[in-house]
Amino acid sequence: MSATAAVRGARDAVMEEAHCRYVLRLADTSLVLGQRLSEWIGHAPALEEDLGLANLSLDLVGQARLLLTYAGELEGRGRDEDALAFLRDAPEFLNLTLAEQPNGDFAHTIVRQWLLDAWQLEVYGALEHSSETRLAAIAAKALRETRYHHRFSSGWLARLGDGTPESHGRTQRALDELWRFTPELFAPDEVDERMSRAGIAPALAALAPRWSTRIDADLHAATLTRPATQPYPWHGKRGVHTEHLGHMLAEMQHLQRTYPGAHW
Amino acid sequence: MTEADWPLFEVFVRSRSGLEHKHVGSVHAADARMAIEHARDVYTRRQEGVSLWVVRSMDIVASDPEEADALFEPARDKVYRHPTFYAIPEEVKNL
Repeated sequence: MSATAAVRGARDAVMEEAHCRYVLRLADTSLVLGQRLSEWIGHAPALEEDLGLANLSLDLVGQARLLLTYAGELEGRGRDEDALAFLRDAPEFLNLTLAEQPNGDFAHTIVRQWLLDAWQLEVYGALEHSSETRLAAIAAKALRETRYHHRFSSGWLARLGDGTPESHGRTQRALDELWRFTPELFAPDEVDERMSRAGIAPALAALAPRWSTRIDADLHAATLTRPATQPYPWHGKRGVHTEHLGHMLAEMQHLQRTYPGAHW
Repeated sequence: MTEADWPLFEVFVRSRSGLEHKHVGSVHAADARMAIEHARDVYTRRQEGVSLWVVRSMDIVASDPEEADALFEPARDKVYRHPTFYAIPEEVKNL
């Protein structure tokens, strides 16, 4: 092998790994958020809301299945969706830190959902037109679901924010607490940059203003105040998580870990 | 907030374009937008519809069961109103 071929081979390997990690990040964000929402089943404020949150959860898990299957193929080590979902430990999960935050009260869940719905709207909206056809197809399907998710969460945001003093206070508090995780949504690292340069993924910096505009419009309708911008110390998408993810995974993975290969 | 605080909405689903909306049940919701979302989540989970109507249950004016005789009895002996007295030509299909 000539020297240039070796360099090109190494560069391809780096690209392939970035590609796989990029898809895994999308997958894990959907999976972790979907799992969090499923924790509401049986506990939502009304029967209809129980079904609503379960529907959102199922959409997100469905997205995760498509993305995890694809990530497993890109990785090429024979891991399928189940192996990736149930047999990885927290440091191998690459979800956004915001997605793994606990449900808290209903306002907390809605604010977390709404921030991520608005993020997914931009990311899937851009990926739908990606030159990478497999990812574009998954994004197109996910985008339709995400439009409904945002309708659901922004509706609740307005209802709670512009509701009673109690609901307004709780929603503003949730926003103030969760806002510190939002810089990670649009902070590119070398994976994002490689994907963007290859024309596979959008440049995150270009999406941020659109997200911000939508967030401001929804906050205005909900009579809520946008918190001040905060530094960016969160690195969930690089595998560095808050302590909450480990606890969540312990429950999510319990069955597969205890009875490997169990299915129904 | 409990479900009891939320007004009731009646839900109508159109199963296919061209068909009429049919009453399928009801949901509790704080407002009309939430009622559409609840109706979607409760009644169209299995692709039952392409369009939804919701209407506040209290806005529906219903006939009084006590007046059922006066309203509906007079139609009983007027069988000639049913289109069953026509001989249908052999050539006419799908009637």
